[in-house]
Amino acid sequence: MNDNRLTAAYVTVALVALFGGVVTGLLQAIEHAGLIFPPLTPVIQSYYHSLSLHGVLNVLVFTTFFICGFLQFIMARALGIPLASPRLAWFTFWLMAGGLILAAIPLVGNAATVLFTFYPPMKAHWAFYVGLTLVVVGTWLVTLNLTLTYRAWRARNPQTRTPLAAFMSLVTFVMWTIASLGIAAEMLFMLIPWSLGLISGTDALLARVLFWFTGHPIVYFWLLPAYVSWYTLVPRQAGGKLFSDPLARTSFILFLILSIPIGIHHQFTDPGIEEGWKLLHAFLTFAVFFPSLLTFFNVVASLESGARARGGKGWVAWFGKLPWGDPSLAAQVLAMLLFTFGGVGGLINASFNLNLVVHNTAWIPGHLHLTVGTAVTLSFMGITYWLVPYLAGRPLWSRRLGLTQVWLWFGGMIIFSNALHRLGLMGMPRRTMIGASAYLQPEWKAALPLVGIGGTILFVSGMLYFLNLVLTLAASRGPAPAVPEFAEALSGPEHAPAILDRWRPWLALTFVLILIAYGPTLVRLAATTPFNAPGLRVW
Amino acid sequence: MRQGTTVYLYELAWILPSVAIPVGMLVALLVTAFGAGVHLPGREGRVDPTRVSETAPFDRPGVVELAPGRYEARIVAEVWAFTPNEIRVPAGSTVTFVVTSKDVVHGFLIHGANVNVMVLPGQVARATGRFNKPGEYPFLCHEYCGIAHHTMWGRVIVEASR
Ligand code: HEM
Ligand SMILES: [Cu+2]
Repeated sequence: MNDNRLTAAYVTVALVALFGGVVTGLLQAIEHAGLIFPPLTPVIQSYYHSLSLHGVLNVLVFTTFFICGFLQFIMARALGIPLASPRLAWFTFWLMAGGLILAAIPLVGNAATVLFTFYPPMKAHWAFYVGLTLVVVGTWLVTLNLTLTYRAWRARNPQTRTPLAAFMSLVTFVMWTIASLGIAAEMLFMLIPWSLGLISGTDALLARVLFWFTGHPIVYFWLLPAYVSWYTLVPRQAGGKLFSDPLARTSFILFLILSIPIGIHHQFTDPGIEEGWKLLHAFLTFAVFFPSLLTFFNVVASLESGARARGGKGWVAWFGKLPWGDPSLAAQVLAMLLFTFGGVGGLINASFNLNLVVHNTAWIPGHLHLTVGTAVTLSFMGITYWLVPYLAGRPLWSRRLGLTQVWLWFGGMIIFSNALHRLGLMGMPRRTMIGASAYLQPEWKAALPLVGIGGTILFVSGMLYFLNLVLTLAASRGPAPAVPEFAEALSGPEHAPAILDRWRPWLALTFVLILIAYGPTLVRLAATTPFNAPGLRVW
Repeated sequence: MRQGTTVYLYELAWILPSVAIPVGMLVALLVTAFGAGVHLPGREGRVDPTRVSETAPFDRPGVVELAPGRYEARIVAEVWAFTPNEIRVPAGSTVTFVVTSKDVVHGFLIHGANVNVMVLPGQVARATGRFNKPGEYPFLCHEYCGIAHHTMWGRVIVEASR
């Protein structure tokens, strides 16, 4: 019961952040469509203030808080025991909430208009860096609590395979904890002392290397919880079984090993890093495509088993037999569908030479709204369609409204993201108040209104989503729905070799790969960087 | 057990293509990248961001002809301008851009010439593009660099051959 209140607290913070993210998204989209950026002073003081809020609220706050709430819930349920330390869990929540407030004060006050990547020497108020660091420390404490819970369960069940959902939740947090060491080092050794005036200079390149050490695997931190739902809950919601439990475990172990040593693929166009290291990271990026394909196969086969059990036939026609009337399932299946396009686009980004065409163009926000903005966000929305009613103890206010919202997101996103991808190929830069730019190209003008139209549809979808949840809390009457049960598997945990349930070999491999991929570059930069760039407030 | 075996076969049937597809794409990529001689920026040296105007070659920004048809453009980026912001070369030229920043992170993008490089304070960035067709090629700052980021740009003017 206590765990439920904890999850409710995290999810509430997450959804408030998402609300802010959706509103700022609308402003940016209509600015691209040629409308003047609305003068909203003093609340939102510029396009870039909006974009900083948008990035931080959506991908740092919404995702992190939702994931902490959701996976702690899943862990306890999958193991059938409560969290090892409820007091630690609540302390962690308040630490993270406190950090969030500390970071939000300068962010909202336009004293941290540095976008969610906060590249120095652009210099935000110190409270922004300290606040975000506290949030990261909070996530480490979540890992600690999950680990203690797992240990407690293991002591009583020495021979059993870890239940799949619990195993996946733990892998997600362990991977993230290792990955976050990069950003932690950037904060503790560079940004915090520098913003406090304890050291006078900084360095752009080293900061970027540390940032992207965390910044790439963070996308797996967002994605893996959606996979937890796709693997362990969605097959059951679709009326079927998970296809293969051992394959699911294998893919998560590969994500643990391969998520981190590939961050330099975000820095292909950075000067100061040898081409050879860039090539190695490109290689490993292609390797991480392997567990993604495994996931694709496993999840699609599971959906198919559900659809066939419901009378579905044919090679593709079975798809229509999925329980499309369930907004939770519809949201997640549509999220998967758009994610396949996101996956293909991701390969292009990761490609050595094609990256030169798309790097930092509008293609990138086109891509990331398919991945984190849909595969992750729409899946999380789908999860809340059962989670929020369950936590609130009453049914969802309207399934119809839920379905409308889900399809609007899908359709709006196709328009929005397609336009951004095309604009990127036409050489339009991202992170730019494009309507006011001095170099607006005639050929961009045909696609820009579609950014506004798609963005407006997304905004409407977002508002319907929040309306439905608010009405669920305020006006819905009736019995609470049950939580979806974890799916059984066609090839179950009994087929999973014991090695898939061990930690040491995989963790060792993870660290070795990180050392190879990052060690030499980090050592060289740490030894030779002069830290001679002063900070600047440029907004 | 029978069912277990079928699942096992299906598992194999997917593992193989899951390996083959990325490997195939990687090979295709390497062939096209290295076959076409595409190079990413590498280590080109450091420059003290507080002393850019005293450091060669950035003490004299502009274009120099290295050999017939081959030029080097030395460009300084700062909030919110490139110096110089206009460069003239004849059609058919190959231009290597050597860029650094005096303050925050900027970017340097020339659509249509395959020039796309980050401009970091402290680092010398180098990227080469070919300009065959006469016309105007805008170069844009494509990394957020402050409140007037969208006004930061310049152009390469490619003139019909002499
Ligand atoms: C109503 C829905 C949304 C709309 C209309 C919208 C619109 C936009 C637009 C127009 C941009 C591009 C700005 C630029 O490059 O100048 C942008 C950037 C971005 N959006 Fe969204 N967005 C929405 C929802 C989301 C969601 C749900 C997420 C993630 C959970 C998200 C994550 C991002 C990120 C990470 C960026 C890049 C920020 C940066 O470059 O610093 N967006 N959004
Ligand atoms: Cu700039």
